Amino acid sequence: MSEDIKKFMYVNRRAPYGTIYAWEALEVVLIGAAFDQDVSLAFLDDGVFQLMKGEDTGDVEMKNFSPTYSALGDYDVTKLYVEKESLEERGLTVEDLMPLKYEDEDDDWAEKDSIRLVSRKEMAELMDEQDVLFSF
Amino acid sequence: MKFAIQVNEGPYQHEASDSAYQFTKAALEKGHEIFRVFFYHDGVNNGTRLTTPPQDDRNVVQRWSELAEQHGLDLVVCVAAAQRRGIVDEGEMQRNGKDANNIAPGFRISGLGQLIEAAVQSERLVVFGD
Repeated sequence: MSEDIKKFMYVNRRAPYGTIYAWEALEVVLIGAAFDQDVSLAFLDDGVFQLMKGEDTGDVEMKNFSPTYSALGDYDVTKLYVEKESLEERGLTVEDLMPLKYEDEDDDWAEKDSIRLVSRKEMAELMDEQDVLFSF
Repeated sequence: MKFAIQVNEGPYQHEASDSAYQFTKAALEKGHEIFRVFFYHDGVNNGTRLTTPPQDDRNVVQRWSELAEQHGLDLVVCVAAAQRRGIVDEGEMQRNGKDANNIAPGFRISGLGQLIEAAVQSERLVVFGD
């Protein structure tokens, strides 16, 4: 069983700086990347704010961890599912999010978008396919 | 069935640790296996032996320690989350030059890899939190 690859989904539901959940979730993702599982991230509810462009935490003196999302591709974390309805409910579009990319080793290292926009229904189906859901 | 348990909230402020404890105890009584209980976020605060609740209330920390002793439970506190929140064992005390430690009996401090390993090895990961 330990040899099996499991489908891991990290579910991000909260805004990035009001609580520590988003940052500590990212720490789990980075450590988990070393375990060679089939990993994806889900962003829904206020979690979509985690991927906003141009975060500036200077005035609130919080550590700005937004650049870390750009490094996920280097850790082979390349599936970031963002729920369309959650964006719409907050007046956002995918244009408001960081243009996160990864290089696809199966396609001559072509640069591809890590962010995949999915509907609420598709998100539910994706969750249903997982072996493990980490909820943050 | 083999379970991994994750506790994301501290004691008393939130019922997550109570629910996790009740779930873990019930699962063990039914003959299931608990591979590990992993304390993350403010959940690391479940691992301080300095907690002193009023006598007419449950002792959340001591209850975990007793369950660990009875069943050989593996209670793991995340080191990165613990360092931020001042949960310290003997090794961490020496490594970080602190003047005290406060880890409760039955708990140990280790890395996030322990959470991932628990999720890989168990049939179910059950997360308690908001």
